[in-house]
Amino acid sequence: MTSNAAAVPIARTSGVLRHQQIAFLAMAGFFLLAPLVVYPMFLMKVMCFALFACAFNLLIGYVGLLSFGHAMFFGMASYTSAHAAKVWGLTPELAILFGTACACLLGVAAGLLAIRRQGIYFAMITLALAQMVYFFSLQAPFTGGEDGIQAVPRGKLFGLIDLNNVWAMYAFVFAIFIGGFLLIYRIVHSPFGQVLKAIRENESRAVSLGYDVDRYKLLAFVLSATLAGLAGGTKAIVFQLASLTDVHWTMSGEVVLMSLVGGLGTIFGPVVGAAVIMAMQNYLAHLGAWVTIVQGAIFVVCVLAFRRGIVGEIAHAIRKPL
Amino acid sequence: MEIFGVPTQALFGQLLIGLINGSFYALLSLGLAVIFGQLNIINFAHGAQYMMGAFCAYVLLNELAIGYWWSLLLAPLIVGATGVVIERLMLSRLYKLDHLYGLLLTFGLALVLQGLFRHEFGSAGLPYAMPEQLTGGRDLGFMFLPNYRAWVIVASLAVCLGTWYVIERTKLGSYLRAATENPALVQAFGVNVPRMITLTYGFGVALAALAGVMAAPIYQVSPTMGADLIIVVFAVVVIGGMGSILGAIVTGFGLGLIEGLTKVFYPEASNTVIFIIMAIVLLLRPAGLFGTQK
Repeated sequence: MTSNAAAVPIARTSGVLRHQQIAFLAMAGFFLLAPLVVYPMFLMKVMCFALFACAFNLLIGYVGLLSFGHAMFFGMASYTSAHAAKVWGLTPELAILFGTACACLLGVAAGLLAIRRQGIYFAMITLALAQMVYFFSLQAPFTGGEDGIQAVPRGKLFGLIDLNNVWAMYAFVFAIFIGGFLLIYRIVHSPFGQVLKAIRENESRAVSLGYDVDRYKLLAFVLSATLAGLAGGTKAIVFQLASLTDVHWTMSGEVVLMSLVGGLGTIFGPVVGAAVIMAMQNYLAHLGAWVTIVQGAIFVVCVLAFRRGIVGEIAHAIRKPL
Repeated sequence: MEIFGVPTQALFGQLLIGLINGSFYALLSLGLAVIFGQLNIINFAHGAQYMMGAFCAYVLLNELAIGYWWSLLLAPLIVGATGVVIERLMLSRLYKLDHLYGLLLTFGLALVLQGLFRHEFGSAGLPYAMPEQLTGGRDLGFMFLPNYRAWVIVASLAVCLGTWYVIERTKLGSYLRAATENPALVQAFGVNVPRMITLTYGFGVALAALAGVMAAPIYQVSPTMGADLIIVVFAVVVIGGMGSILGAIVTGFGLGLIEGLTKVFYPEASNTVIFIIMAIVLLLRPAGLFGTQK
């Protein structure tokens, strides 16, 4: 997405900006204190999806590539982590690492194909590849077909800490989320991230400056896929379930919606967007078909009138990037 | 009689199903290509509009007792009219923005439409009676050909070729192609380009609805009937490239046939074969079989 998605230019290229520090502390503080009043399982779900949305946003917000198939990485990592933990009996951190590595490999394969086209074609190709992964998950023996992989053991972290304790689990998810978030922050604000933004703004110019654009795009794609996989693997351990929902195209649509609501091309937007969409799903869950209708309507309204998203609007108001 | 160890009845039966699917791929990818040519938008709602066409026929038959043949005319008109409204109210505001916003907007619309129909009609598939004139079939000696299926193939071929003729060989079509190349210049010649764009979108949507009416007697009418189909059609569009109308038609029918053959020889891959072909085409000819890389 070009300049109107990220209307706020990055003022400084290196170092941590003060208001971003404040926003980060506020976010970390929220996730530390909120479990005192909000159901911790819900917050863990929000953190998993927030990491997923941040990973997705790395691609759309900073390289301008709209992937409509990110569920394949999230879902595949969810399946492989669940399988590793349940069938192979790996400890949770190793199971998640294994799932993340699988998502990374899938990211390399999908990325090599998808970056051969741009713009709208890129979106259609990623969507089609994700549908292929969906059919694979439906038929492959280890995924359990329609049932998915249920009753995945949470196990003991490093073989020591029992994750069936909800606070231990919460701390673990918190650590993964903050780690992933900081990694994305670092990527975006590195020289590598600057080249990505250059590609987003003007690809031919980046080529003429001598950058091997395809390699940058591929690396960004793989990083995004890997982090989406990290979110998916963690989700499988937290909810002890990997199912077809995780890899269906509706999941790809949901992560697009979260980033769009929060603000494409903002650091904190996907986190806010994930929280909003998850909360909405929770409240509307009993309404059945209306969840889809409301989600679709939010898409339409955001695209027509609210393209900066929540965080994007705040950043625009205070004239500082968030 | 057998070919490669497969009974001919089964082989030709699957090829026929492949041709039927191919007719729908061709009709839908044609509509997508026509819309993309004028609006530069990938119409994600295309599958939902195909579903609306089928439901429109269903409602016309069961509520108003209007039969298949009138539905074939009325449903595309009604759904096409909703397309015109959508273009005027929403899509027309996005032309100056990144093309991806059009995709996001139509994706949202698809979700809304799908949700509304699910709310109204439930998720289960509803049967639509075949028109009397086309029930039964004929024995061709090597296979049994149901009349309705023959009709679908012939009708969709006729619609596809008709559309190709209008766009490539008539004056109206030359305006359309010119507006694709350079809208400002065509407008300067006194052609009302915004209206042409609106009508093009309406026409593309009507094509999807027409496919929906034709599909209603074959497949069950259900709110999700378009959702999975549209993803396959996207792959068809990537394989064919959106540069050429004839390319969209040929790719649509061809991939339907290949899918049918896969069902005979290696059924496990029949869901994924089109996506695999897409991957191969991207490796060998990234612009698509009939496309030109800009």
